Amino acid sequence: MNLSEVKVGGKVTVVQVNGEGILRRRLLDMGLTPRTKVEVIKLAPMGDPIELFLRGYKLTIRKDEAERIEVVE
Amino acid sequence: MKIALVGNQNCGKTTLFNQLTGSNQHVGNFPGVTVEHKVGQYRQNKDIEIIDLPGIYSFSPYTPEEVVSRDYILKEKPDVVVDVVDATNIERNLYLTLQLVELGVPVVIALNMMDEVRENGGTVQVELLAEELGIPVVPISAVKNEGVDELMLAVSKTAKNHILPKLDFCRGPVHDAIHAIVHLISEQVKHTSFTLRFAATGLVEGNPEIAEILELSEADIDIVEHIVSDMETHAGTDREAALADMRYSFIEEICAKTVKKPEKSKASMLSEKVDKILTGKYTGIPIFFCVMIAIFFITFGEIGTWLSDGFSGIIDAGIAAIGDWFAANNISDWFTSLAVDGVLAGVGSVLSFMPIVLMLFFFLSLLEDSGYMARVAFMMDKPLRKLGLSGKSIVPMLIGFGCTVPAVMATRTLASDRDRRFTIMLTPFMSCTAKLPIYAVFTAAFFPNHGGLVMTLLYLFGILMAVVSALVLKKVSFSGNPIPFVMELPVYRMPSWKSIALNIWDKASDFLRRAFTIILVATVAIWFLQSFDISLNYIKDNGESILASLGKLLAPVFAPLGFGDWRACSSLIAGLSAKEVVISTIEVLLGPGETLSSLFTLASAGAFLVFVLLYMPCVAAYSAINSEFCRMEQSLAKGRLKAFFFMVYQTALAWVIAFIVYQVLLFIGV
Repeated sequence: MNLSEVKVGGKVTVVQVNGEGILRRRLLDMGLTPRTKVEVIKLAPMGDPIELFLRGYKLTIRKDEAERIEVVE
Repeated sequence: MKIALVGNQNCGKTTLFNQLTGSNQHVGNFPGVTVEHKVGQYRQNKDIEIIDLPGIYSFSPYTPEEVVSRDYILKEKPDVVVDVVDATNIERNLYLTLQLVELGVPVVIALNMMDEVRENGGTVQVELLAEELGIPVVPISAVKNEGVDELMLAVSKTAKNHILPKLDFCRGPVHDAIHAIVHLISEQVKHTSFTLRFAATGLVEGNPEIAEILELSEADIDIVEHIVSDMETHAGTDREAALADMRYSFIEEICAKTVKKPEKSKASMLSEKVDKILTGKYTGIPIFFCVMIAIFFITFGEIGTWLSDGFSGIIDAGIAAIGDWFAANNISDWFTSLAVDGVLAGVGSVLSFMPIVLMLFFFLSLLEDSGYMARVAFMMDKPLRKLGLSGKSIVPMLIGFGCTVPAVMATRTLASDRDRRFTIMLTPFMSCTAKLPIYAVFTAAFFPNHGGLVMTLLYLFGILMAVVSALVLKKVSFSGNPIPFVMELPVYRMPSWKSIALNIWDKASDFLRRAFTIILVATVAIWFLQSFDISLNYIKDNGESILASLGKLLAPVFAPLGFGDWRACSSLIAGLSAKEVVISTIEVLLGPGETLSSLFTLASAGAFLVFVLLYMPCVAAYSAINSEFCRMEQSLAKGRLKAFFFMVYQTALAWVIAFIVYQVLLFIGV
């Protein structure tokens, strides 16, 4: 399962971040490393991007980017 | 002594910088790049220079802010790096701290917002944290100016004794890889500014720049790659993830020992409630538009007008007094005209915009510092991405409806040069308030029954042209993707009034500098064109001036658009000093008994309005665009050339569209 498929309110654990380059590095630097717990808080009014809660703070990423993040419940 | 402030965005770094320096600060630019930093002197000891580096989350090799900060620390060698850490968000903030430790420079942690943590029942065992990290940690509250003296004490102690962090936090396969590489490259590192540990970590992470700077041989690179692929097998993941994971694992361990997380604070619960409405599915976007309308209403409505009228009243009185003094002292006619009608009137008319510009910036810093701007970008990202922009571009474009100058300046909040340039090229299409008087006079004369409709159409037409231009530009010159949208949504906070005041002061001085340089030159030029004839005789009758001759020269160019009269053309040239001048010039040039209808037909009036909407912006806006382009390009000449071409493009586009409008209007028999 990837993070873009998680419903609002869902709590999941990161397995790995796919892709490469600046985007992947950014996601890792912001704390989306393996075993991190992430909650999907809400969608933007037009359905994209999404708002996440992890490591005690809120982060927003686009669905395109969330697709690269593999997660498990 | 030199101190550098480093920290994540939203960690209170700028607030601390303002506390430390007061108003002894100025903006600097790193040579060759557009990354800005502020430099100031410590209030209590002017010998201590403090540099506020850009807010970053990591030292990756990917963004200019990150590279510039890293290079600054390694090459300029500040005596101490103060790492500002937000105690309410300690895990992610410490990630940058660990990278600073890897750099091997003297670090002191300013543990900010500790008051908030304590108030909500949380604790951080500061001494234990300092011990675990091997660097001094000083709890502070930048907003309340608490702990700042203690921080500076720790800083001078660290600088004096040149205390370096000793920490060795790597473990497992990553540890083995880093230490193997340390042995391999210990000789090559000596002639670089890198520390051994940083270079080895960079090689493990796969930062291509490091191998190059170290001048590693092919054989060495092979060995490094071999070590790394060994590590990847053992760690079960790739190099970048392995390092990020190692750092975060270590942070989690330390935090488990030293941090008791606070309960959800009242502020953050309130923040969540407010956020539900402000970014709600049905409420978010309507509220955003209401907020923008309110800001425009206040700034450009009664209050703004009152301020700006008052301000220009003072300026006009000053100018009149100087004029009287000149007259009383028999100063020559042409000099009085130059000084009073040219320089003072021109610069004065631009200065009278200052209250409006500053008010706009007041509201914008309010939105930015409270955390709302991040939410606007969050909400508007999807529609703007269709145009090839990102969510953050919405703000400058909206300001563009007020005035292009602050709009262009506001693009500095955007994350990449690509987005900045793209946004700058679209803002002039948002019809600015200075064009409003032109629309008003023309619609009153030609479309008395449909004035509101015509004006609305003009505004919408400008937006339409922006959308079309965006789609074209996206294909032609901005084919790359907007940078990834990975953004922190900070907790809503009361903005610091001090920061806002300093920000406004910054903008005011920028505006003043501009008014007394390029605008001064431009107004003198226009005055000269209006007051002299071709043989450089000082004249009283505008009809014989150089401006009139230029208008006559240009008239054939505009004949296909229906307004080939020299007076219309002269007004367009004069309008380059400020768009309102179009109307005042036409009025001056009209002969006795003539009205607008003697110059324009219904169709040509429509074409003229469209041309005014789209043609190149006034000198103030041009100079703002020019200076932003120059900041972004490596060379001044290149930036100037780009800005110039952009102006030509806009004017050409205006001509073509006005031509089409005129022909269509003629065709349908208007």
